Amino acid sequence: MLDYEKLISQKAKDMRPSGIRRFFDLAAEMPECISLGVGEPDFQTPWDIRDAAIHSLEVGRTKYTANAGLKELREEIGVWLQKRYGLHYDETEVLVTVGGSEAIDLAIRALVEPGDEVIIPEPCFVCYDPITTLTGGVPVPIATKEENDFRVTAEEIKAALSPRTKILVLGYPNNPTGAVLRHEDLEAIAEVLRDTNVIVLSDEIYSELTYGYRHESIASFPGMREHTIVVNGFSKTFSMTGWRLGYAAGPKPLIQAMTKIHQSCIMSAPTTSQYAAITALKDCDDDIEEMRRQYDLRRQYCVRKLNEMGLKTFEPKGAFYVFPDISILGLSSDEFCEALLKEKHVAIVPGNAFGASGEGFARISYAYSIDHLREAMKRIAEFVNEHKGE
Amino acid sequence: MDAMKLLHLLADDPRATVTDLADILGESEEEVAKTKDSLEAKKIICGYHTVINWDKTNIDHVDAFIGVSAKPERGTGYDKIAERIGKFPEVSSLYLTSGTSEFLLSINARTMREVADFVGEKLAPIDGVAATVTMFVLKKYKVNGVMLDMKAEIEDDRQLISA
Repeated sequence: MLDYEKLISQKAKDMRPSGIRRFFDLAAEMPECISLGVGEPDFQTPWDIRDAAIHSLEVGRTKYTANAGLKELREEIGVWLQKRYGLHYDETEVLVTVGGSEAIDLAIRALVEPGDEVIIPEPCFVCYDPITTLTGGVPVPIATKEENDFRVTAEEIKAALSPRTKILVLGYPNNPTGAVLRHEDLEAIAEVLRDTNVIVLSDEIYSELTYGYRHESIASFPGMREHTIVVNGFSKTFSMTGWRLGYAAGPKPLIQAMTKIHQSCIMSAPTTSQYAAITALKDCDDDIEEMRRQYDLRRQYCVRKLNEMGLKTFEPKGAFYVFPDISILGLSSDEFCEALLKEKHVAIVPGNAFGASGEGFARISYAYSIDHLREAMKRIAEFVNEHKGE
Repeated sequence: MDAMKLLHLLADDPRATVTDLADILGESEEEVAKTKDSLEAKKIICGYHTVINWDKTNIDHVDAFIGVSAKPERGTGYDKIAERIGKFPEVSSLYLTSGTSEFLLSINARTMREVADFVGEKLAPIDGVAATVTMFVLKKYKVNGVMLDMKAEIEDDRQLISA
């Protein structure tokens, strides 16, 4: 018998199982549970996009594309980034990837030497830290604060900088908090970074899901284009999570280095998805608007209900999550979420799954129908009432 | 309160009660009822209709679209003649359109005979109506945004929890 434990690399063994995974297993044992735990839209991919994919198959588009992705798609991405955020990238500065996740992986692998530091404002999406560690880099977390609406500040970044800092991750609009960075926040951060050698890995996957506020990319600030790899994709904006398609845009030498890694480990992103994505960028402005309208209604509903039941919740301006402070009951995030799951069969994700500073909070996704949300909020309110005063 | 939000909610679900709507919007029931009444009074909300597939019942039912060529009248254009056509209860929708004929109307009747009688005895004799083209509906696939009898899309096959 092979001793697999001895065969598996130390790096793989050292990867911590994500807190989300543990919760998934608990919830999966409870078939009647209703979930507010997803990180993906509930809407179906707009039909025009699916139709374009089907057409591409009918005419036989079933082969690899260029490593960096279809030229037409990369050009359309450039047009989109210009139109939406005032960014300027030609097709040689864009790389089409398997989801935003692959773009994050490539950016970190293309830049980080062992011992290099990657500044990661937390709470945040779960992959930055393990990928940094796998690459031999050192994650440097910044605990963002509730009193700042979970925005990372220029001062906090300045304090975290060291001669070994290679990357600053900016994941805004933020998963799990829904926080966004305002113009003045980005301006101040740009001021701190402009004269350094630090690259911003700007994960803007939720850029189209903002409410009463238009997303700005740090790459659009003077002098910051050279410092930034913009990561975005189709999953959230067009409700295309299962298509696995994202992209990176940035200075040509960085995109070329990322493309080298990409061509070895991926070859090229799924061809069908790439054809679908061209239609998404060209024809689906109305679909985005309609999804945003529905998310906004749900967002306002959840924020109000949670505050009414005594769970202090700041108003998130982006993504599709709310991040209530659940400490009022004296339970840890894990205890709160486990008890809620067992007693009321509602699955939400403990805030600490997104970094230590998420302790005391929980992530609630509102990518669900309003009827689903109403039932879930009713149950959470019952739970809070039953545990108050314990 | 924001009347547009109320309109969107009612467009999605006309059966939503005032209590439901008030809860979703965070408004009082009085405020929601008042706004709803006002939207109805202004004829912004013009009705709440049920989409029924009569083919699945044993009630006889025939639908037809009729193109109507007509001449406008001095002073009133097409409005007067439209009013005359629209008064007939068989007419469920009536539009002035561009293209080969002026009006397109849809009618709901019990039998083809009824449709023929309507066209021959009521519609064609109206002053100003020059010609009609009747198209009987053979099968309905989609009505008011609702797919009838077609394969439903998967409702929600997402993982329970994801990052």
